[in-house]
Amino acid sequence: MAQSKAVPNRGYGRWTPFWFLAPAVSALLLVGIYPTIFALVTSFRQYNITRPRDGYPFIGFSNYASVLTDGTFWTSLGTTAQFYLTVLPVQIVLGLSIALLLHKPGLGLLKSLARVTLVVPLATTYAVVGLIGRLIFNRDFGVANQFLDTIGIGGFDWLGSTSGAFAAIAIMDIWQWTPFCALFFLAGLSMVPGEIEEAARLETSSKLAMLRYVQLPYLLPSLTALLILRSADVLKLFDMVFVMTRGGPGSATDLISIYIQRVGFRVFDLGMASAQAILLLILTIVISRLYIRVLYRENY
Amino acid sequence: MRLSSGTFLHALGLTAVVVFSLFPFFWMVSASFKSQTDILASPPVWFFMPTLDNYRAIFAESQVVGAVVNSLIVATATTLLSVLLGTPAAYALARFEFRGKSDLWFWFISNRMLSPIVLALPIYLLALQLRLLDTHLVLILVYLTFNLPIVVWICTDQFKSIPPDIEQAARLDGADQFTIFRKIYLPLGAPGIAVSAIFSFIFSWNELLYALVLTRRAVQTAPVAATNFMSGYELPWGKIMATGTIIVLPVTIFALIVSRHMVRGLTMGATK
Repeated sequence: MAQSKAVPNRGYGRWTPFWFLAPAVSALLLVGIYPTIFALVTSFRQYNITRPRDGYPFIGFSNYASVLTDGTFWTSLGTTAQFYLTVLPVQIVLGLSIALLLHKPGLGLLKSLARVTLVVPLATTYAVVGLIGRLIFNRDFGVANQFLDTIGIGGFDWLGSTSGAFAAIAIMDIWQWTPFCALFFLAGLSMVPGEIEEAARLETSSKLAMLRYVQLPYLLPSLTALLILRSADVLKLFDMVFVMTRGGPGSATDLISIYIQRVGFRVFDLGMASAQAILLLILTIVISRLYIRVLYRENY
Repeated sequence: MRLSSGTFLHALGLTAVVVFSLFPFFWMVSASFKSQTDILASPPVWFFMPTLDNYRAIFAESQVVGAVVNSLIVATATTLLSVLLGTPAAYALARFEFRGKSDLWFWFISNRMLSPIVLALPIYLLALQLRLLDTHLVLILVYLTFNLPIVVWICTDQFKSIPPDIEQAARLDGADQFTIFRKIYLPLGAPGIAVSAIFSFIFSWNELLYALVLTRRAVQTAPVAATNFMSGYELPWGKIMATGTIIVLPVTIFALIVSRHMVRGLTMGATK
């Protein structure tokens, strides 16, 4: 890990760390923990703000029971998993190829240029990625169909069809996050000691053997971290999909965050939406634990 | 030097990477200079007479300009606040030993992973009760949930790289802990603080879900304004793409400045 062992620091009072931490921690308590507790309480209530006359009575676990027996909830979790399993292999293969291209010696200037341009997709406002996606995948005047035309496949109603819409959001996600995987792998590759790589180059000319026996051991930690991080990101994914499809057509692109947002802010069943949010939170905590386990193995 | 086939393929691959990364961005910018007729042309046109009409139109309307100003206010304020609150915490994490340190770490990392929808629901209800909906303040505070962790994380790393001897020397001269933090760590850690501030600005500027849920007309941010164009029968594509360009351009420039730290910023510490 990057961090050096903390130097034993004597000569500060027992309460000194507290005073330095207090501002940040109290801010996070205010905007993070307090709302979470509020959501937890709300998840045990019947809470529909379009019907204030009903009041907000406590109804025990029935929101959770409704969520867990709600087919749509499971479908949207399934769609989210399917999305993860669709985009991730592509991002890993493309990302690793790009990283190897950038790691290969020679062509310094072009390499720097390619490396810098990788940052552009990552910085693009997620909502704007959705807007661009709607233009590119437009049925009548989109450039995606123009491209298909030139290779002899007829026009395709991307955003109007179930598989088309799913493919379109997957492609935009692959565009935005492949650079992340590439830069991540590149950092892993740069950990391979130069002498070892040189020695291996003299032994074998096979790129594949090089990757498998020399570079892969250094890439595995990156890969694990990447699998976990991307799963959290897909559970968070909202902006781009909301702008491009709003979860449709039908429920083709109804990812979990989109679904919860709809239950909360279109149907206004905040009790039910809170129960869903708490379940999502539990899932996130499990993922974070896993990430820490992988990342800070030596430290904790 | 003779151009070998290997070098040629390498160059071809790298060029493909550049084209892949820039194409959607290029397509947006090019559409922002097209007239509506050129945009609706089927098949799409690649060469056309550029026009500034779309930009003129959005600068003439107050909506987009107002939204950009709102985004600027919110992103700047939340960034300043994150640095103000986050740097002392980072100092404590870098230099002190105390109970619960690893729990605190875990908490910061979980916040990086958390879907905004989890907090958006209760914060909406709380803001409704406190009459804070559609104010800059509510967004500035809510964005701390993802900005504070990033500032704390990057700055902790930066502060750890400052040699502790300097601190010991200052302590022998009778400096108290807060003076050491202010006179030694803040100036020496400035590069890391700047990087974390830029990240915090980028994340706040790009955020949509909270802004969508917590604001109405008055404090509409730029991404919300852009998505609001997406209704009605014939969409004003040129104006939408011009707005998109105006939103993306400043953060892209910022991102290029911190491009070397991009992975660090997005992973909370998986790499150096």
